[in-house]
Amino acid sequence: MILDGKSPSGPLSEKWDKRRQEMKLVNPANKRKYKIIIVGTGLAGASAAATLGELGYNVEAFCYQDSPRRGHSIAAQGGINAAKNYPSDGDSIFRLFYDTIKGGDFRAREANVYRLATLSNNIIDQAVAQGVPFARDYAGYLDNRSFGGAQVSRTFFARGQTGQQLLLGAYSALSRQIKAGTVTLHSRTEMLDLVVINGEAKGITVRDMVTGEIRSYAADSVCLCTGGYANVFYLSTNAMGSNVTAAYRAYKKGAFFANPCFTQIHPTCIPVSGDHQSKLTLMSESLRNDGRCWVPREKGDQRIPDEIPEEERDYYLERKYPSFGNLAPRDIASRSAKEVCDEGRGIGTSGYGVYLDFADAINRLGAGVIKERYGNLFEMYEKITGENAYKQPMRIYPAPHYTMGGLWVDYNLESTIPGLFVLGEANYSDHGANRLGASALMQGLADGYFIIPGTIAHYLAQTGPGKAGIDHPEFQKSREGAHDRMHRLLSINGKKTVNEFHRELGRIMWNKVGMARTEKSLNSALQEIPRLRAEFWENVTVPGSGAALNQELEKAGRVADFLEFGELMARDALLRNESCGGHFREEYQMPDGEAKRDDEHFSYVAAWEFTGEDSTPEMHKEPLTFENVELAVRSYK
Amino acid sequence: MNLTLFVWRQKGPEDPGRLKQLEARDISPDMSFLEMLDLVNEDLIKQGRDPIVFDHDCREGICGTCSQVINGVPHGPEERTTVCQLHMRNFKDGDTIYIEPWKAKAFPVIKDLIVDRNAFEHIIQSGGYISAHTGGVPDANAILIAKHDADTAMDAAECIGCGACVAACPNGSAMLFAAAKVTQFAVLPQGAVEAKKRVNSMISSMKKEGFGNCSNHYECQAVCPKGIKVSFIAKLNREFIASLKT
Repeated sequence: MILDGKSPSGPLSEKWDKRRQEMKLVNPANKRKYKIIIVGTGLAGASAAATLGELGYNVEAFCYQDSPRRGHSIAAQGGINAAKNYPSDGDSIFRLFYDTIKGGDFRAREANVYRLATLSNNIIDQAVAQGVPFARDYAGYLDNRSFGGAQVSRTFFARGQTGQQLLLGAYSALSRQIKAGTVTLHSRTEMLDLVVINGEAKGITVRDMVTGEIRSYAADSVCLCTGGYANVFYLSTNAMGSNVTAAYRAYKKGAFFANPCFTQIHPTCIPVSGDHQSKLTLMSESLRNDGRCWVPREKGDQRIPDEIPEEERDYYLERKYPSFGNLAPRDIASRSAKEVCDEGRGIGTSGYGVYLDFADAINRLGAGVIKERYGNLFEMYEKITGENAYKQPMRIYPAPHYTMGGLWVDYNLESTIPGLFVLGEANYSDHGANRLGASALMQGLADGYFIIPGTIAHYLAQTGPGKAGIDHPEFQKSREGAHDRMHRLLSINGKKTVNEFHRELGRIMWNKVGMARTEKSLNSALQEIPRLRAEFWENVTVPGSGAALNQELEKAGRVADFLEFGELMARDALLRNESCGGHFREEYQMPDGEAKRDDEHFSYVAAWEFTGEDSTPEMHKEPLTFENVELAVRSYK
Repeated sequence: MNLTLFVWRQKGPEDPGRLKQLEARDISPDMSFLEMLDLVNEDLIKQGRDPIVFDHDCREGICGTCSQVINGVPHGPEERTTVCQLHMRNFKDGDTIYIEPWKAKAFPVIKDLIVDRNAFEHIIQSGGYISAHTGGVPDANAILIAKHDADTAMDAAECIGCGACVAACPNGSAMLFAAAKVTQFAVLPQGAVEAKKRVNSMISSMKKEGFGNCSNHYECQAVCPKGIKVSFIAKLNREFIASLKT
């Protein structure tokens, strides 16, 4: 099947306006008759729930956390991009669009990205109106910083906690609607299944994580805002609870999964310290504004950094990419770090680390300025490593951070199941094969505040409210399925813990489907993952019962889905015989080691259809056409 | 290193709960406190015993989910640090560690170390927002905010809503939490329109939810992982008095 992204026709800058004119509306008196389910309350979910509630729809919002304020968007540090051009340094909507398309290595849909760049400005206005305390200069105007992949300063920030402040803004708007009664919140509630009736998404089945009760909710439309799947690698910068279950369950109910192999490995994370490690901590990319990445020139140089003279250091990003230097995009910075470590020039006890050095910046600007810019990050670094980064360089290494792949959506953010919309990181989105820094917050909020209110109305206006209740046989079947699976997990009584399986899966994914992939490694992963999955279903142990709070059971359900999903990632990576963005296939590289993209054969979105438990999924294509940018070799030299 | 733990075990809200002794073996100083508990749990599961349940999520000190009283101090011995960011290098071989949940009337225990913090949600819902509709707002630079005020708003807005302030307060007061939100909006011009209503609603809500009053112990500030200052409580009081004048 050839998928149609349904981008509006006409000039790029007029597409969204055109679509807004074409779309049907729901009149104010009818809105309350429609029920909308929002799963996830991070930036995308909270902003969508707040806005739809404000408009008068009847919203039910769900999150697995105890409060919607805790979605993992909260951990985003560096900032949010917008094409305001306040510093007058040559920015424009088109430039933000172009940087995002290019940063994504020309694997995103033009019309979506242009819309995102346009809406970026509205987001800043909205956040300021809500009281988000962005950084200001002494005259009281908003301040900006620069970020990877751009040569202008377009990033707005609230110290090192921009995600937190934007999420608290959306959360406060959501709280207002909860009080007003337009949104009903279900916290500590996890989605286990999507219910599809006559081909349309009409509800979900959930588990109450406190009582263990499994129940269903019916609605006229469902929005998944459930984030990404980087925890398939076990160790990532995601929250411990971040998972693929909601999206994967929707995939199994017929929603196509797009580009699962596009994962972002973030260049600046704190290196792994031992087997006990449960998660990895990101150090904001903004640090690369003032920090310089280097390793020793010679292999196996064990001297402490202070003893390595300037001429024996290799500032490898500055050497390889003189025009972008330390601000090269994330995929390039990550791969370069991997390269120097693979050459044996890595630092630290494991040899998997590089220095991020602030000595020059401190000499130039003084420690006070550096503290003002990054104080909280330096503090966090010290808490975790016990090292003072004002006195010695930070040690960093890449870690799984963000997933560009996700459920396939058209221009209206609607999946291949009518009535199922997917927002934020959960969708195959606007970032192509690599996301630029400070763009995730922008996308989550554009989707939630400004896009979904229009596009969901268009769907609802064409369908009557209250089509199916939770007594419908499909709902009953869904609840029975959830019960059966839970009982199956609890009755295996094997010898290995859920964590042991997850760690093992992570090892396979990191080594074979990680930063650099080969046909051989992917085929080997495709052998190993099903083996591990089979062992899981025979030998996992999940203590306790399903009828109470049971964190091991929650984890078991999520890891069971990762054990299937990892295979889909490897399959997707194996079929994409090119290197682009975060997807680097060693067989496809330039003589100098740069990624070799193949536009002739792979300028498409790969959207996977579930075809049954023991059957190979089928890949469908959405061809990507570029009318406004020239496909170029992505150079940051 | 090896440690002896006394961990609060409580099956549910009706169970009185008790401290149970557990051993933590072969703990590396590089582990985080929660990684130490992960290891203890792996052992418990293998022995067929119920693992300790505790709230946690981001494990980088920002989501505000983790909530444990360690040796009598919410979030443990290290200043300005959440439990998830506390590392075992703060302890030594042979130490005995007491681990309990937040204890406050407004935060009932759900199980073991997990408490119900919905009372905080109700405080925010009562008025912890600026009523800006989506869309139809002015350009961001149309509202000028002095750097000093923007910085104060940000200092207050750093609150992660973990509830340590309540757990540390002998009165189980949520004043620091509410004060941080009131201050953030009170110093910003966008928040001025609703300032009176906001402070009144939030104070009534605190009372209704069963939080006590502030009697200047400053324990909240001492344990706050984000360094939220008690001077915001003074601001809250001033805002409240101002709201009573017509």
